[in-house]
Amino acid sequence: MDQSAKIADIHKSIVKEQAAQERKRLMLNAALLLLLLAAPFAIYPVFLMKILCFALFAVAFNLLFGFTGLLSFGHAAFLAAGGYTTGYLLSNYSGLSTELGIIAGTLAATFLGLGFALLSIRRQGIYFAMVTLALAQLVFFFFVQSEFTGGEDGMHGIPRGHLLGVIDLENNLSMYYFVLAVFIGCYLLVQRIVSSPYGQVLKAIKQNEPRAVSLGYNVDRYKVLAFVISAALAGLAGSMKSVVFQLASLNDAHWHMSGEVILMTLVGGMGTLLGPVIGATFVVNIEYHLSQGPLRDWVDPILGGVFVITVLAFRSGIVGEIQKFVRKNIG
Amino acid sequence: MTMMKKLLTSAIASTLMASGAQAAISNDTVKIGYLADMSGTYRDLAGPNGQSALEMAIADFGGSVKGKKIEIVSADDRNSPDTSSSTVRRWVENENVDMVAGMVASSVSIAVSKILEENDKLGIISGSAASSITNEHCTPNHIHYVYDTYPLANGTASAVVKEGGKSWYLLTADYAFGHSLESDVRRVVEANGGEVVGAIRHPFPTQDFSSFVLQAQASGADVVGLANAGADTTNAITTASEFGVTQSGQTLAALLLFLTDVHALGAQTAQGIQLTTGWYWDMNEETREWSDRFMDKTGVRPTMVHAGIYSSTIQYLKAVEATGSDDAQTVRKQMMDTPINDMFAKNGKIRIDGRMVHDMYLAEVKTPAESKNEWDLYKILRTIPAEESYRPLSESKCKLVKN
Repeated sequence: MDQSAKIADIHKSIVKEQAAQERKRLMLNAALLLLLLAAPFAIYPVFLMKILCFALFAVAFNLLFGFTGLLSFGHAAFLAAGGYTTGYLLSNYSGLSTELGIIAGTLAATFLGLGFALLSIRRQGIYFAMVTLALAQLVFFFFVQSEFTGGEDGMHGIPRGHLLGVIDLENNLSMYYFVLAVFIGCYLLVQRIVSSPYGQVLKAIKQNEPRAVSLGYNVDRYKVLAFVISAALAGLAGSMKSVVFQLASLNDAHWHMSGEVILMTLVGGMGTLLGPVIGATFVVNIEYHLSQGPLRDWVDPILGGVFVITVLAFRSGIVGEIQKFVRKNIG
Repeated sequence: MTMMKKLLTSAIASTLMASGAQAAISNDTVKIGYLADMSGTYRDLAGPNGQSALEMAIADFGGSVKGKKIEIVSADDRNSPDTSSSTVRRWVENENVDMVAGMVASSVSIAVSKILEENDKLGIISGSAASSITNEHCTPNHIHYVYDTYPLANGTASAVVKEGGKSWYLLTADYAFGHSLESDVRRVVEANGGEVVGAIRHPFPTQDFSSFVLQAQASGADVVGLANAGADTTNAITTASEFGVTQSGQTLAALLLFLTDVHALGAQTAQGIQLTTGWYWDMNEETREWSDRFMDKTGVRPTMVHAGIYSSTIQYLKAVEATGSDDAQTVRKQMMDTPINDMFAKNGKIRIDGRMVHDMYLAEVKTPAESKNEWDLYKILRTIPAEESYRPLSESKCKLVKN
């Protein structure tokens, strides 16, 4: 009698605590949303859009790396495939409304991702990373050679066009809110995926793959799906980026870009939802502000240093460390 | 339509100017943005020393124009068109930058020129090689000042063929830039009675050129042409030197090579290479005098890009002074109407497509015995007259040229 009352009490307090945490998270999210909505009035919108595109790219990468434990070294291929496809379609078919171009770019990256996934998930660890790198290099050479990408010159003057045929995206503010809406949608989607039963299986695969297999999960299928979703979101980021900047270039396909997204995810905190967003914001800001100032000759060494320090001293990244701190001292 | 509008505005602006209207220098400041690779592969040929050249130009001009101050802002382009376009957008939209100088990677130059066209500001590109910048990508808002691939291919190939290098073997970087260089060279060689006996395409970028160089050597061609750029060219030259290509009687012809590349290779490795350049520091009293001042400031000899940045900035400021305006179209028109005569160019002329045409020079890299010091690297073999060098307007695909 006594015991069951105690259990009920404990249960109640857990539920209460969860509800309180949920409320805290909602409040935090609402505050972030307000901040993002107001941001373009204080900060240059094109710069904010750049951050959002890279944040989406890092979120997509983190779904695979942080939650499934698969280190892909070829995500630049999806970013570029999305960007070039959208750019090509919007430049050559003037009647096409922008969102269709973006959807087409995303689909292109999705199918490319499926091809990558089917080949690469047969191997694990460093071999997996190398296979994705090799495939991404193939894609890079394809883009270098192709006539339609403009090779080294890149693809320029991509029209922003109209959203749904009505909203003029030439206006930086309307473009910003469109990018923000897409970003929030994708962020919520990833949040939903991670907390769903499917996401739990992904985490199980990350922690102990043989155990997940022994529990009867078809691990390969889960991995392929995670890879494809990640590729699709990366492609979406690339498509939006090409519309925002009105250009698509080889930099997006280069393996440096695959490295940069790893840096963003690690610095921000892999395996956390907000981590890649913070990481992308951090890296884009460092690159941008340092390249204007007296330290401009040192951008790459500084980023390298940040990477080394993160890996050595703050392995869970900015967001991960903050979470740890909060849990230890407050929670 | 916009072009018509721009022409109209510039016409109206110049009439106003002629009738003695008030000088219109926006914000009472002439603001120049310097954008170049400060940390990557193209750092040496423009980079921070290019900014020194720009500062020298402003100081030599007197630090102000028509009593208004001249300001510089600068940024690293990181060889990335996205980074460059967001930087330049902010410069022209929020910081009232009137003119953007520098610019090396062709993807950066093209991206920036589109933004300048949208905002009707001026760009003077000194570092880029691509001839498409004033061909299919031309805008009424930029000028391509120093050189492009057309005279490089044209000058080197025709000169080498005329000197007896009849049979050619080409090492081509396998992407759009390499392909267009290759086809340019092919056309010039064949037009001059030479023959391309073979060509091999190498991936971009390539570290190990030994198999390509061996094939070139085995071809027995008189000339091995390098239709590539940057690190690919220097790697190919190093390998060719190790295999003794020039010593065995073949001529190496580089199509895109900067003084700083040759300096890094050294006369021992690079000797005998023929190349086309837009300018060389040791050509006459005027160039030497300026180069000495440049060297005092930076510690190195200037490349043609550094000299071009200096010269174009002076021309720009003169045009601002003459018209009393920093409006892009007014200044560009004034610059087009004024022939350029300074240490960089004699009778240089800016065409409607934005191409500055001037004499180019065929040079050969000196042997270690001939070279008196580390920067004494070229002997000028021939001056290639401007009209022979650049793509004629009749072949232009530029929207500003009516063909």
